[in-house]
Amino acid sequence: MSGQTLAQKVLARASGEADPQVGQIVYGQVDLAMAHEQGAQAILPFHQMGAKKVWDRDRVVIAIDHWVPASTEGAASLHRMLRTFAKEVDLPHFYDVGNHGICHQVLAEDGWVVPGDLAVGTDSHTNMLGAMGAMAVGIGPTEFAAVLALGKIWLKVPPTLKVNVKGHLGKGVYAKDIVLKALSQVHVDGARYKAVEYHGSTISGLSMSERFTICNMTTEMGAKAGMTLPDTKTFDYLKSTAKHAMHPLLPDTDATYEKEYDIDVNGMEPQVACPHSPDNVRGISEVAAEHVKVDQAFLGSCTNARMDDIREAAEIFRGHRVAPGVRFIVSPASTRIYQQCLKEGLIELFTSGGAVFTNASCSACFGGNMGILDPAEACVSSSNRNFPGRMGPKDARIYLTSPATVAYSAIRGEIADPREAL
Amino acid sequence: MELIEGRVWCVGDNVDTDQIIAGKYLTIIDPNVLKTHMLEALVPEFPKEARAGDILVAGDNFGCGSSREHAPAAFKAAGLGAVVANSFARIFFRNAINVGLPAIEVPGVRALFEQGQTARLSLREGSVQNVTAGTSLPFHPLPSHLMEILEAGGLVEKVRRELERSTTA
Ligand code: SF4
Repeated sequence: MSGQTLAQKVLARASGEADPQVGQIVYGQVDLAMAHEQGAQAILPFHQMGAKKVWDRDRVVIAIDHWVPASTEGAASLHRMLRTFAKEVDLPHFYDVGNHGICHQVLAEDGWVVPGDLAVGTDSHTNMLGAMGAMAVGIGPTEFAAVLALGKIWLKVPPTLKVNVKGHLGKGVYAKDIVLKALSQVHVDGARYKAVEYHGSTISGLSMSERFTICNMTTEMGAKAGMTLPDTKTFDYLKSTAKHAMHPLLPDTDATYEKEYDIDVNGMEPQVACPHSPDNVRGISEVAAEHVKVDQAFLGSCTNARMDDIREAAEIFRGHRVAPGVRFIVSPASTRIYQQCLKEGLIELFTSGGAVFTNASCSACFGGNMGILDPAEACVSSSNRNFPGRMGPKDARIYLTSPATVAYSAIRGEIADPREAL
Repeated sequence: MELIEGRVWCVGDNVDTDQIIAGKYLTIIDPNVLKTHMLEALVPEFPKEARAGDILVAGDNFGCGSSREHAPAAFKAAGLGAVVANSFARIFFRNAINVGLPAIEVPGVRALFEQGQTARLSLREGSVQNVTAGTSLPFHPLPSHLMEILEAGGLVEKVRRELERSTTA
């Protein structure tokens, strides 16, 4: 038996197959299933399947986040459908308006996914939870209905890419810059149907929040899962919150990887993913030299709207104002983060400088709720996608960067190097 | 389900789910409404002119982006016979199979077709023919597990049968 990757280990545990081979289809027992608004589309199939009850009410979380509070009639009806369904089939773990946050963030904060888990969610960025040393994959609502009914899912055992990251991050350079750099090498379909494991001294030096950022954007590589290895930081993070027992797994040292990538972050400058693809990545000095004017700056999303992100941006923004003609939107990833910002005076700091500080939600990230662009506009954003149409019209231009670059660009009115402010 | 023949629509590489069904339509869940917006930003005439039985032929990484099932559900409601692509993004692929829409990966297929030609697919045999030009390409047939879902008309029916068996057993 040759060595197994982390994905193989997780799927072996979940399926009971001792040595699942790459390409083999296995049936895995799910440890945690999550749905946001898209879960409303699972209700009809769930009933059509003839299912009467949910396989395990304590393994299902519903967290509404895209339109919170509901901003359209359509969203209001999705929310209502989910509330009614949750009552009907007895799903107690419902993050509703008032206790809300971006689904992946509330899963992380409240310890719903732990090392070794197989987790599924009706959102493509479910990959973020792979930072727990788990395999967390995105699925659609019909499939979510099947998981609700059976607690099981079929998965093809993926090949794994190994990304080795070494070196020290310089001032003004962050986890987001690492994953953008990785995207420039792996590209938007380089990890299709594959898992990605992040290794190396730089990764083990990162906080959990930073690991979330990296695993989150593995989705933009087309990956089925992005994972960092569980260590004492993971265990400490989950110590008081883990909702079920941890069963940490590590890849074997002789595991077979389909391909390896090496990234040295020594001397790396902040990175920018330019329109219209997350892998269209260039160094900040090149982009700044072109004086790219921005109409909107967005600090938000499941990728980069945690405390460390907002504090880093605040450090740059303190004592400044948003440039004339620029809208700066700050949206924390969860209500807990919102409250912490309030305590630390950050809401005042941002709003007195001319920024808009919103409640916790997906906000401007997906072009369906608020912060929508005009076709002629450009936005610098800490989110994860800049495909055509992501923030509304297909011609609007989105530049993806770290929160620090977003904040400094908001002050300057053009995409600018945050290291000038540090 | 074994043989699928239809008129071809062609699109390019990396067509993502925002281009198939835009974010502003995500609160719509009726596939019959969604189909009136499918691919509209990219191919404005598609929602009006696509007919039942038509086949969409795409380049690399079709359906990348979000997990929205709205995308394949709209195609299914419009009656598309199949989506054939050089390659698919994984969630789109799963969602398509789960709603009962054949999603067939055939490396190189995009170059085999031009807009408006006729395609014929044999799912079991694993071949796609350009009937108009008289050319063809082979592909790996879907694993039997996925063919079962397609033949049941989607995952709902497959799970329904499974649950029925387990309660009567
Ligand atoms: S913040 Fe953006 S990427 Fe994250 S779940 Fe919400 S819409 Fe999706």
